[in-house]
Amino acid sequence: MRYNPPSPLETPVLSRRFRLPNSQSIDTYLANDGYKAFEKATGMTQDEIIGEVKTSILRGRGGAGFPTGMKWSFVPRTSPKPKYIVVNADESEPGTCKDRLLIEFDPHQLIEGVLIAALAVGAQQGYIYIRGEFRYLIGVMDKAIDEAYAKGYLGDNIQGKGIKFHLATHSGAGAYECGEESALLESLEGKRGNPRIRPPFPAVAGCYQSPTILNNVETFCAVPSIILNGGLWFAGLGTPKNGGTRMFCLSGHVNKPGVYELPMGFNLMRMINEVGGGIRGGKKLKAVVPGGSSCPILKADECDLAMDYDTVAAAKSMLGSGGVVVLDEDTCMVKFALRIMRFYAHESCGWCIPCREGTTWLKKLLTRFHEGQGQRSDIVMIGDLSRNMLGRTFCPLGDAAAMPTIAIVEKFREEFEAHLDGKPCPHEKGSRLAA
Amino acid sequence: MTFSPELEARFEKFLAKYPADRKRSAVIPMLVYAQDETEAITQELIEEVAKRCGVTPLQVDEVVGFYSMLHKKPQGKYHVQVCTNISCLLVGGEELWNQACHKLGIGHKQTSADGRVSLEEVECMGACSWAPAVQVNYDFYHFVTPGQLDKLLDGLAAGKKPEEIADVKKVSC
Amino acid sequence: MADLVKFTINGQELEAPAGMLVIEAAKQNGIEIPSFCYYEGYSLQAACRMCLVEVEKMPKMQVACTLPVSAGMVIRTETDQVKLARKSTLEFLLTNHPLDCPVCDKGGECELQDMVFRYGAGESRYTETKIHVNEQQWSPVVFYDAPRCILCFRCVRACDEGMGVSALGVINRGAQSLISPNMGDHLECDECGQCIDICPVGALTSGAYRYQTRPWEMEHVGTICTHCSDGCKTTLGVRNDEIVRGNNRDRSGVNGEFLCIKGRYAFDFSESAERLQSPMIRVNGKLEEVSWSKALETIGKKFAEVKAKGGKFGVIGSNHTTNEENYYLQKFARQGLGTNNIDHQRTGDVVTLVDALSGTTGRLAKTEDFYERKAVLVIGADLSAEHPFLAFQTRANYRHHEAHVYAVTAEAVREDNMATRSVRVAKGEELAGVEGLRDALAAETELVVVFDDSIKGDKVRSLVAFGESLGIPVSYCALVDYSNSRGAIDMGLVAELNPGFHATGTAGASVDEMLAANDLAALWVVGSNPLQNAKLAASRAFVVVQDLFLTETAQRADVVLPTASAYEKNGTVTNGCGEVQRLKRASATMGAKTDLEIIGLIAKEMGLAPLMGPWLPETVYAEIRKTVKGYDIPLPLVTIGAQQTAPVNGRVGVDSRPDLIRSSHDKLFTSGTLGRYSTVLNSVIEGRQSR
Repeated sequence: MRYNPPSPLETPVLSRRFRLPNSQSIDTYLANDGYKAFEKATGMTQDEIIGEVKTSILRGRGGAGFPTGMKWSFVPRTSPKPKYIVVNADESEPGTCKDRLLIEFDPHQLIEGVLIAALAVGAQQGYIYIRGEFRYLIGVMDKAIDEAYAKGYLGDNIQGKGIKFHLATHSGAGAYECGEESALLESLEGKRGNPRIRPPFPAVAGCYQSPTILNNVETFCAVPSIILNGGLWFAGLGTPKNGGTRMFCLSGHVNKPGVYELPMGFNLMRMINEVGGGIRGGKKLKAVVPGGSSCPILKADECDLAMDYDTVAAAKSMLGSGGVVVLDEDTCMVKFALRIMRFYAHESCGWCIPCREGTTWLKKLLTRFHEGQGQRSDIVMIGDLSRNMLGRTFCPLGDAAAMPTIAIVEKFREEFEAHLDGKPCPHEKGSRLAA
Repeated sequence: MTFSPELEARFEKFLAKYPADRKRSAVIPMLVYAQDETEAITQELIEEVAKRCGVTPLQVDEVVGFYSMLHKKPQGKYHVQVCTNISCLLVGGEELWNQACHKLGIGHKQTSADGRVSLEEVECMGACSWAPAVQVNYDFYHFVTPGQLDKLLDGLAAGKKPEEIADVKKVSC
Repeated sequence: MADLVKFTINGQELEAPAGMLVIEAAKQNGIEIPSFCYYEGYSLQAACRMCLVEVEKMPKMQVACTLPVSAGMVIRTETDQVKLARKSTLEFLLTNHPLDCPVCDKGGECELQDMVFRYGAGESRYTETKIHVNEQQWSPVVFYDAPRCILCFRCVRACDEGMGVSALGVINRGAQSLISPNMGDHLECDECGQCIDICPVGALTSGAYRYQTRPWEMEHVGTICTHCSDGCKTTLGVRNDEIVRGNNRDRSGVNGEFLCIKGRYAFDFSESAERLQSPMIRVNGKLEEVSWSKALETIGKKFAEVKAKGGKFGVIGSNHTTNEENYYLQKFARQGLGTNNIDHQRTGDVVTLVDALSGTTGRLAKTEDFYERKAVLVIGADLSAEHPFLAFQTRANYRHHEAHVYAVTAEAVREDNMATRSVRVAKGEELAGVEGLRDALAAETELVVVFDDSIKGDKVRSLVAFGESLGIPVSYCALVDYSNSRGAIDMGLVAELNPGFHATGTAGASVDEMLAANDLAALWVVGSNPLQNAKLAASRAFVVVQDLFLTETAQRADVVLPTASAYEKNGTVTNGCGEVQRLKRASATMGAKTDLEIIGLIAKEMGLAPLMGPWLPETVYAEIRKTVKGYDIPLPLVTIGAQQTAPVNGRVGVDSRPDLIRSSHDKLFTSGTLGRYSTVLNSVIEGRQSR
């Protein structure tokens, strides 16, 4: 089961059980390599587990792409405090819908990944922070957790090996900011989802100020395969410095939108044309958001590139969360920029001044501009205000709002000019006020 | 304050999830689930959750206003959420939203006079590859067409349950 | 102390302890890095982003308020990039901030105005609509004007961390975020006004001060609060001889910028319409206004007559008058009238404590000890309510130094929240509770013991014996009620004691005994209200009362003399920790005279002026320095800061009369008779009752 047909170009690793009947159940899981990686890991030292993850060149799938093995190695070996594993399932980066699938169709893979992380650092408690809108996933996950307890994969004495680990879901309640790891921890502690001052990082002072491994769902889900097949195997699936596969969420103006598991470094144009079946209605490609709304947009002529962290970064964008949003030639870029800014203004937590005030100002400015009330000086100001947020906000949300906006204004200035002097939006049929 | 036995059982589970001195962690899950039963977050509920989690009512109130799912105003029996964020926008999410407002004669965070349906224009709901998407309460609807939305809204307004409406199927299990 | 590290700011080579925050290290070296949210002593926020600086080898600008200095760090605070960041942050801030500076209380002393002036742009590019929210009144004292709020969260931290009250929070999200009071639409808190004081803009304003004046129209007079005995400095804003504001923004004084509701607002009794402005004499049973000369002449004659007949005098002094006035009064009584019948309402057993500590030095706790010593033991008192500043100090000590706090009280107290151990005891059983803490206390390295009137007489001796048996350095503080309760004892407003804790030999009559004596011929009451809850037995006694108001006692008087309040005179007062500080005249009330002058004028009427000497505070203080042990402190030292007196370290050798020691246990919103005339205190009490 999945919500879109698979593509023959996929390399199913994390998604390999999706098509199995009853893929959520522990029986299906156990019959298909389930918990074998955990078994194997119980015979490994903590250093060996972390070493294997390092070898795999698995990089954080939430968006920042930080090497996972290194992140785990920052957890202090000895600590008087308990250690925690926290799963970031607060998937809310616009354009991204992969963690939902990973939980819905293979929840035990996540549990097993978490268990291995727990072994790697000696944690005894884990939480899966699931965004509140995914209420049904909490049900799926709770059921899987119950099964794991029943089969002895969670509890005080896992598989009779004297290993203790408990796992529970935790519901969010609607806040994009809680996808930021320190804000997530605040939220998990029952507070407003404001980010924390870092350092200290969660590895040292995370959940309840205790050492914590905090990773994205997809990151944890990759771990069982890495342990089972070896880090080198996983690394070999991708490109140098970018191990493994990636769940890419193809959306927008393609014929076959969907979530597809492709090797790291898969070419973006191939993804659009061969996996996604090309642009809808035979139209031309205008631009692509390569990794969720916070990533600078790529113009059509910049899209012939390998989708790995480093190549996309070299193109001055980001691989981000895997949300590939494809825009055809009829898309109004002013409106697109406005919609992105509306989102960030809505989601700004309000903690720091540049983000709180900057996103709100830009939202109002872009709204006015799109309505045809813009002035030439506004075009410069949009970029200017964005740059005044960039790199100066408390957390990356300000950057997330600034980066795409700067890129859109720079790359599509003529579209902004086309909105000047009360002219109707060239892409809107009918009134320019239709927005 | 008294809740249904199911909700009480859930609360008990929540409080058991966290270390004994970290009951505050249960504040948000409790509010999210309790508001479904109490229809909205009332001052009484705030005080009750504060008491059970060992915090002040102000500490609970601070949270209520922060999270967009928590609401102090009752919503309709069916809360229809239309995503207009980028992936949905590109494939007609905004048109669906305008259609819904027009059809029901209500706007963002408003409820129909009979209390059956409320509307909310929401941010990305994590259905980007299957856009445009709509959520009714907690159920997802993918690849929603204007025709389907019409049927859905007509059906709900006519007193039907979502599952009784032909041609419109929720996707989640 | 951490090791010093070398680093540079703007090319200047500097030194600071490793780990010190860049913003502090810069400040220490005279380099200002602007900030709104950073506030010394409170938790770090890094929210306002005004303190961004460039640091070599770091790709992005760094916030100086959370970045510790390290060896070799190269910091630049005045580059184009930094200046642009400040300018743009201010531009962002002003988008939703109303530009109503001309009518804003904060105008002229607003940190946002100052920042924009120094770092901001001359023009605004913002042309969109501003977010508006209506102003709210949260209490008689606190108003919140949300659009002005820049969300620096100083108020939230001052209330939470500083006061331990946590009455303020943040609601909503993003640009809609607001500060919220704990009761939804109103506040229930200490009403200390710290949130208003700490607000960098005019978002939080004071019900007492708002729209009263422009800040530059005031003169600022630093004096000492006349309410409790903590001895906080309050800086009074005075316009046209009227006090319109109290705060302590310059952080001088023992209290830094701390003030409770009384220090910040309850100066208003001094401006009360009920203040007496003319002397009065009883004619045909009714008090009638007369001239000062007539009143003084009447008193002089009557006192001389009683003295000549060998009649019995009673003199009752005040807990609020200055050391000079107290000294002068007891000198008049003892040497001029020839009586030891002089006393004041006793509120704490300092006398036994001084006696029990005889032979030792440095064992009386100083105010700073509450912040600096490793452990504090509170006995009996509801410290946060009765002595808010000592409680604040203790809380800061807990927060900054992880001090251990112990509370032995009958009721739950706020100190419980930070206490290592709290012990609940029945009233009178406090010592047993303390004994139960023996092992814990003995494990401390040092200790401050503070106790109220539940510990008096032999219990003080037992407590000191207990403290001495712990084997660690212990210092003590016997709490007293009012601004100069301690000075009243030191200056000999005590029937058994001359100034400086010297026994009189034959004890005079106490307040209770004076009131009960049928044969009392004359009663002279200076700034006290003994008849509030008592009767004067001697129905024919000639009664002279010096007071601000027509109190119960004044209503019984034959002659009433209007006196100046503590804010209307110069002199010194001694706080509960024995620290002498200076009162400075801030305002004046027409018709009233200082008690010192009145005492001098009465002496003059009786021909005792040569004995008494001039009624100048400085002259009297000079005499105190010579005669009262421990007070030999030059006035300039007293002026620049509190100086702890060192009373006798030999035996005191009198019965401290525990039966006469009665604290009134005034809480946050009461202050004896004075408190009844404070509009602000009353409005808070009424506000609570009406809810």
